[in-house]
Order: sequence, then C-alpha cells, then structure tokens
Amino acid sequence: MKNYNKIKSMKVHEMLNVYPYSSEFFNINGLPQAGEEVSVHEYFSSLPYSVLQDIGASRDELKKRLDLFIDTMQNMFSIGMPDIKTVTIVGGTAKDGTVENISLTVGIGEVLCIAGNTGSGKSRLLADIEWLAQADTPTKRKILVNGRPFPDSMRFSAENKPVAQLSQNMNFVLDVCVKEFIELHAQSLIDKKTAEKTKNIIQSANELSGEPFDLSSPLTSLSGGQARALMVADIAFLSRSPVILIDEIENAGIDRKKALRLLSSNKKIIIIATHDPLIALSADKRAVMKNGRIEKVIKTTPFEKQTLSRLTEIDEFIEKKRKALRNGDFLRE
Amino acid sequence: MGLLSLSSCFTAKERKKKYKEEIDIRFFTFSGPPSSGKTSVIIKTALELKKKKYKIAVVKFDCLATDDDKLYAKNGIESITGLSGNLCPDHFFISNIDECFNWAYAKPYDILISESAGLCNRCSPHIEGCTAVCVIDNLLGINTPRKIGPMLKTSDITVITKSEIVSQAEKEIFAFKIRQANPNAIILHINGITGQGANRLSDLLEKTPQIDSLEGKELRASMPSALCSYCMGETFIGKDKQKGNVRRINFDSIKGEAVSEKL
Ligand SMILES: Nc1nc2c(ncn2[C@@H]2O[C@H](COP(=O)(O)OP(=O)(O)OP(=O)(O)O)[C@@H](O)[C@H]2O)c(=O)[nH]1
Ligand SMILES: Nc1ncnc2c1ncn2[C@@H]1O[C@H](COP(=O)(O)OP(=O)(O)O)[C@@H](O)[C@H]1O
Ligand SMILES: [Mg+2]
Ligand SMILES: [Mg+2]
Ligand SMILES: [Zn+2]
Ligand SMILES: [Zn+2]
Repeated sequence: MKNYNKIKSMKVHEMLNVYPYSSEFFNINGLPQAGEEVSVHEYFSSLPYSVLQDIGASRDELKKRLDLFIDTMQNMFSIGMPDIKTVTIVGGTAKDGTVENISLTVGIGEVLCIAGNTGSGKSRLLADIEWLAQADTPTKRKILVNGRPFPDSMRFSAENKPVAQLSQNMNFVLDVCVKEFIELHAQSLIDKKTAEKTKNIIQSANELSGEPFDLSSPLTSLSGGQARALMVADIAFLSRSPVILIDEIENAGIDRKKALRLLSSNKKIIIIATHDPLIALSADKRAVMKNGRIEKVIKTTPFEKQTLSRLTEIDEFIEKKRKALRNGDFLRE
Repeated sequence: MGLLSLSSCFTAKERKKKYKEEIDIRFFTFSGPPSSGKTSVIIKTALELKKKKYKIAVVKFDCLATDDDKLYAKNGIESITGLSGNLCPDHFFISNIDECFNWAYAKPYDILISESAGLCNRCSPHIEGCTAVCVIDNLLGINTPRKIGPMLKTSDITVITKSEIVSQAEKEIFAFKIRQANPNAIILHINGITGQGANRLSDLLEKTPQIDSLEGKELRASMPSALCSYCMGETFIGKDKQKGNVRRINFDSIKGEAVSEKL
C-alpha cells in the first residue's frame, strides 16, 4: 500500500492534482464525488455502508484498489515499446501439411505486400503476425522480432503490444463524436500532445477521404470511407506500435496511395494484404500465397516500378471520371 | 427453487480413498454479461485443455432456458445446466456450487468450469481461492466497465472478445477502461470464433492451484440483498404493497441516487 500511504493524508483535490487520472477511479468504481477539503483517508472512512454494499467492496478493499490503480496508471507504459528493427516470418506448414520452407525478414521503413487468391491464406498470415506466433497457431509459423522470439510477457501484454491492425471492418461502434474519440484514444495511451495530434488526425483524414467531416461528427455516422480514413490517420499519428498490419483496404473509398504514404512515413514496418496492383507495386517486396503457404517472395523490379506510374495515371483518369459522374456532369472529349 | 439434483456425490476423503491418490481438481468461475462470448471462450479453452489430456466438465447457470448445453455437447464437452427460474442465477449459483463441485470431484473430472451471467451486473460468482475469469466484449461500450460490479472488478483474468470487429483504436480504448476498472487482472484478447488467444488462457489456467473442496471458501464480494415484496411474488403497484428492503429514487438529487428504506 505504498501509494495509498503516500496519499492518505492528502486532501482529495491535492491527490487529483498530483495524479490527474485518479478522478477516473471514483467514476469507474461508482464512488460518490468527494468534498474538496476532506482527506483521502477521511473520504474512505466516511463512505456510508450502503455505498459499500452497492459496490460490493469493503473500505480496505477500495483503498487497496486505489493503491493499485495509481501504481498501474503510473507504470502502464513505462516499460516502453521495444525498439523493433526487423520482423521475420519463419515458415510452418501449408494447408495440406507440407512444409513451408521460408524465412522472410521485413525491416523498419519497409512495406511488404501479401498477394494471392481469395482463400490462399493472406488473412491467416496477418493473424500469425498479430499473434507473434510461436508455432502455436494452425500454421505452426514462428514470428521473430529482431531475429529472436518475442518474450511472452510482452507478447501477451494488452498495453505494449508492438503490432497494430487496421481492421477490415469499415464502421465504428463507439457512441461518441470524432473529437471525443481521438481524446479517448490519446488518454488511453497517456499521450500528452492531444490537441496537436487531434488537428493532424482530422486534417489527414479529410485529405484521405474526400468527403469532408469534422470533429463534431458522431463517430457512428461516418461513411465507410470517412471511417477508414479516420482509422488510418489515427494509427499514423497515435499508434505506438511499430508494426502495422492492413487487410485489403482497396474497397475502402479512400486515397490508397496517400494512405500508404502517410502510414509508412513514420518509420514503421507495414505488412499489407491486397489484390490491388497499385498497392502491390508500391511495396518493396511481395509474398505470394498459395494453399496457405508463402510460395515465393518477389522484389519489386525497376520495370514494375515503371508500370506503377502508368497504372497510377490510369487510376487517376478513372477517378476523375468517377468524380465527374458523381457530380452530375457528363463526359466530354 | 430446488437444488440441482446430482447423484453420487462423495466427499474429498471418500474420493481419495476410492482413487487412492491425491489428485485434486481445478475450479474456475467464468462470468460476464449476456452474449459476451463466455460459452465460445470456454469451448475454445476447454478444447486446448483437452489436448493436454485434462477431463473437463462445465456447469452452466441460467434463468429460464439455455442452448449452451447443446453447444458444449457439439464440441464434445460434458456439461450440466442449472436453471434458477425466478432467482438471480448468481444467487442460485452459490447455493448449488459446492454440490456441483462434489459431483465433478467424484466423477472424477480434473477441471470444473462454471458459466454464469448475473442478471443485475452486481452479483458475481467469483470465489476466494478459485481462479476467476470475466468475459466481456468490445461491443458493450466504454461505459460498461463502470456499470459492471465485482464480477469484473474482482476477476483474476479479464477476457475481451469480438476485437476483430472494432477498430484498433476502439480496442485500445476499451482495454484501457478495463484496466482502470480492474488494475489487478491479466487482460487477454480472445477471438471466440477462431479461438485465437485461447491457448494462452489454457496455459494460464493450467498453472493455477488445485483444490479438494469448496466448503468454507468465501465469495469475493457479497451478493446484493433483494428482499422486497416483489421478490416474493407481489405484482400490484402501490406503496402499501411494498415490504422489506426498498429503495426510492431521490428526486432532490440531480443524479437520481436512491435512498434505502426498511418497511
Ligand atoms: N465476432 C465475434 N463474435 C463472437 C466472438 N465471441 C463470441 N461471438 C459470438 O457472440 C455470440 C454470443 O456468444 P456466446 O459464447 O454464446 O456468449 P455467452 O456469453 O455464452 O452468452 P449467454 O450464455 O447467452 O449469456 C455468438 O453468436 C458467438 O458466435 C468474437 O470474438 N467475435
Ligand atoms: N497454413 C495453413 N494451415 C492451415 N490452415 C490455413 C493455412 N493458411 C490458411 N488457412 C486457412 O484457410 C482459410 C482461408 O485463409 P484466409 O487467410 O482467410 O485467406 P485469404 O485471406 O487469402 O482469403 C482460413 O480458414 C485459414 O485459417
Ligand atoms: Mg482475407
Ligand atoms: Mg453461454
Ligand atoms: Zn444478481
Ligand atoms: Zn425484490
């Protein structure tokens, strides 16, 4: 009870000053507001029995919880995100049980694309990486970090997980507005530059989506494209995870190339499953999946890079026409 | 409400005599709001434990009806069901669980898991000395951790499900709220459909101590007393019909806190 002993003679408002997050302790435990001038100790002593009964905890237990709460909030991110330089996929077995003979390393700043037909195992591979698998998934793959297995203590940590995923779903479920959403996320990461990042996120998200929205928009009312754009911008500016996984963003209604550029600008390792030639060729290399195994790994060739600029032109041409039609124009020569 | 009827219960001593060995069993309480994924998580975890040759039984507590027994059977997991009728399943739980334990002990199973969803968010089946798991899902919203009482706040392990259908940010926000509600617990993300994460839970559960009896063990949190006339079958509205423990909304307080009265 070292934290509790430190604070028990403080006035409640002093405690809230020193440990700002401790106000959430009262909220989340359903405890009544404290008078400003009572000490923490007095506060607990004066809690009516009926409140304790409602909560189902004794005074001593509440004190213990507060002690632990402060401890946890202080130490939550103090271990820090490990310094990750490479991620290596060590082959396991294919769907038919044959050996997947591969060791594929991706370094910081690189983009790896996963290509392959539907059902070939792209999502499964991403799930293995997300899980930092140690031969404990159906594929028996191992994922190494900096050439070594990742320690279990960090692998299963809810807070210091080095892998973030841009999920395939295109809707939010949280019932708050965009501004509150960003603030909540920043809070949960104990991030201090909330105001600045909020500005960056909403601006980037608007650049990506093309359908403008603002900070007061309810999160659940965003269109698929807007939601996706916000998810991308949120990961780019707030996520602490050095490894980003993306599963098929092609149908997301956002500027995919800009999204990829934004995500890869921050010294991250990006692994992206895609059917989209524009994204595939923007990557440094691509793994081709077949039957649940990585069949081969291809480095994007100079010729392919040339083709990419041609494809980009075509894509822009199509996009222009789409916009025109959407606006009610007709196409002229 | 009758107790669960279970045949052939013997005591720890009798079992030890019969099997001539000191193999005790592990007992885990799984609780969580309705449809949070308890059955899915228990099934995936039990299948992992079965791979390690543990014999497992599940006892499901519910009010009126449940299909969980069919789900367990489909996955080759033995289960029994206790229906509490018009009692809160968690109150029913505590008056039946030692019998269930003795039944599992006598069979003998290596592991007994209880599944229950307290109706009131205030009851909790967690017992001192038995590993307590709370299953909660990402769709419940960030205010839920506040609304759930001891079943979340006193658990040893909190399992979060349905993470694949929310964004990374929402997943992180939710986990943070859970961490604040119960700083003590290990938080695990498990996908109840694919089972990703269940082998981690099975590893943790395997390391917990064994016990030979529940007698004398204590609930981690008291259950709320709910003895008013409506508990006893009263259906009419009106002050003169109310007896026992009654709470009234206080209209003078903005937040509508209630005031207790004994009638
Ligand atoms: N998408 C998704 N669905 C899940 C997950 N876990 C469980 N479900 C689904 O959620 C629904 C409820 O799951 P159950 O395991 O029956 O939940 P429960 O808590 O046992 O429900 P009750 O016993 O009725 O209170 C089912 O349709 C499951 O398939 C998950 O991780 N992701
Ligand atoms: N190496 C493997 N071993 C066993 N099953 C696999 C393997 N790779 C993929 N699968 C399974 O095959 C199915 C299709 O894979 P999935 O990753 O969804 O394909 P995609 O995302 O390419 O459409 C999934 O059920 C997945 O779990
Ligand atoms: Mg897929
Ligand atoms: Mg169930
Ligand atoms: Zn109850
Ligand atoms: Zn009642």
